[in-house]
Amino acid sequence: MTILVIAEHNNAALKADTLKTVHAATLLSNELGCEVHVLVAGAACQAAAGQAAELAGVTKVLVADNTAYGQQLAENVAALVAELGKDYSHILAAATTTGKNMLPRVAALLDVAQISDVIAIQSADTFVRPIYAGNAIATVQSADAIKVMTVRSAAFAAVATGNSAPIASVSIVKDLGVSRFISEELTKSERPELTAAKVIISGGRGMQNGENFALLNGIADKLNAAIGASRAAVDAGFVPNDMQVGQTGKIVAPDLYIAVGISGAIQHLAGMKDSKVIVAINKDPEAPIFQVADYGLVGDLFTLLPELDAAL
Amino acid sequence: MKILVPVKRVIDYNVKVRVKPDNSGVDLANVKMALNPFCEIAVEEAVRLKEAGIASEIVAVSIGNKLVQEQLRTALALGADRAIQLDTELTLDSLQVAKLLAKVVEAEQPQLIIMGKQAIDSDNNQTAQMLAALTGMGQGTFASKVVVADGKVQVTREIDGGLQTVELSLPAVVSTDLRLNEPRYASLPNIMKAKKKPLDVSPADSFGVALDAKVKTLSVKAPETRKAGVTVANVAELVSKLKDEAKVI
Ligand SMILES: Cc1cc2nc3c(=O)[nH]c(=O)nc-3n(C[C@H](O)[C@H](O)[C@H](O)COP(=O)(O)OP(=O)(O)OC[C@H]3O[C@@H](n4cnc5c(N)ncnc54)[C@H](O)[C@@H]3O)c2cc1C
Ligand SMILES: Nc1ncnc2c1ncn2[C@@H]1O[C@H](COP(=O)(O)O)[C@@H](O)[C@H]1O
Repeated sequence: MTILVIAEHNNAALKADTLKTVHAATLLSNELGCEVHVLVAGAACQAAAGQAAELAGVTKVLVADNTAYGQQLAENVAALVAELGKDYSHILAAATTTGKNMLPRVAALLDVAQISDVIAIQSADTFVRPIYAGNAIATVQSADAIKVMTVRSAAFAAVATGNSAPIASVSIVKDLGVSRFISEELTKSERPELTAAKVIISGGRGMQNGENFALLNGIADKLNAAIGASRAAVDAGFVPNDMQVGQTGKIVAPDLYIAVGISGAIQHLAGMKDSKVIVAINKDPEAPIFQVADYGLVGDLFTLLPELDAAL
Repeated sequence: MKILVPVKRVIDYNVKVRVKPDNSGVDLANVKMALNPFCEIAVEEAVRLKEAGIASEIVAVSIGNKLVQEQLRTALALGADRAIQLDTELTLDSLQVAKLLAKVVEAEQPQLIIMGKQAIDSDNNQTAQMLAALTGMGQGTFASKVVVADGKVQVTREIDGGLQTVELSLPAVVSTDLRLNEPRYASLPNIMKAKKKPLDVSPADSFGVALDAKVKTLSVKAPETRKAGVTVANVAELVSKLKDEAKVI
């Protein structure tokens, strides 16, 4: 039995999600007394591989360095992982858009089911995952020979660094030729990433337009917070899609989540209700967000946000 | 060009589900059911491609018991031309759904398959990717824009960092995200017309796909509830609570 973790990275550096996925893998390896390998598939990705070798609990890093994997095209990476994966007992990736894109393809190629969004590991074959937008928590047991799963970063802490696992290169090249990367528009921000931030302040439809999101900036600066949004705010074009928190957006669990002008639909709550402390600012005292908020402030956000900014 | 649209019957997104007292699952008795919202977006996109003269036929397919015919009729009312039900009482994993859909793809030979990125009951987000793997097709998941031209499809995808555009050769699988389009409502005349559109039924176990699930649900529990919080009077009180009581700032 050996566990394979598929690293998430941009060739130059590992994403924080990988540290959390490796943590989930080490919980399994502690139970099974087995090794944890990390696969870094990319192009000119030696730096990311070096970082993977530093992660506590990792016993070997595999690097597949080829242009075919440079843009993380699911078709190519999945073919590689499925070929390597035959020899593993568990294959884990982060439940990010990259992991979710690629890993089900691996599972299908290996003819096994995938378990999505694992939030707890009970044993080598039994896992806990939310269903129905987190309104129910299922414990599932897999009878498949290889357990393929995506892991929710918000549910696991990052592993420590300081290790120096051996790095081996993999020469398998899979280029299916059915897909081609055209372009990417990445949102640039100096702020922490939503899924890594300790504090998040999110705006909803109540913000009224994109310009008003600037009211969150000063507060976010002072709290070193990431800025998030509800689906309604994204759909209305106030902010880009990568800011959406919720069932079908990002799942976050910061120490402090401040929801501003967000009603608290179940789909939004699904993405943030595991935050340690929740603050809601809303002019409607009946808004469902207050049912999950530790601290509720009823009033007009256009008066309250400048006050909060000044008070911090 | 023929488009295949797999659709799923799920609990209506407005319903707050309740877990059964014996922890065997969620209570779906007398609960409002609907077309999975992402599937609705998939049907809409197919209909728009037909209206634009790019698609010639839209086939909706659903796997489940007789009740899924209700959602297939909805898809027909929204503009699908015909429907296929693969009849089964079993609850299937995404892999089995994908395997059955692969059989339908083999028989129907669509140029494009448009489906939801995620069913809002299981929240799996797997079937499109699995179907693409089983058929050897390229995949454009979490699509917010789909452009078909010159025997290819360009898909703009919603990814964690922003947007990514990929080009796929046809046939290909696309899975829909929320921003792809805003689905129309079915008009009454179209609902009437949908009743006369063809809907074929075949037993799901007639395709040579093993339907026994490999993943067993041991229990389904309600999530931990948060304890009721307090209403603070003003910003000053909020800040002091966050500093002194919660110690998060
Ligand atoms: C399939 C599906 C998936 C979905 N996925 C997600 C998801 O991932 N994330 C998500 O967020 N949603 C998701 N949704 C949408 C969700 O159902 C809600 O529609 C959405 O969360 C509402 O956003 P909102 O709270 O910003 O808007 P609204 O519900 O319109 O709430 C706006 C709030 O702002 C308050 N407000 C207005 N003006 C002010 C003011 N001046 N001062 C203070 N308060 C004010 C109002 O009282 C109200 O409570 C999904 C829906 C579906 C069907
Ligand atoms: N029983 C089913 N019948 C037809 N299509 C399905 C079924 N289950 C899932 N799908 C399709 O797969 C998509 C993603 O579902 P899932 O991978 O289960 O989250 C759905 O939006 C549907 O398009």
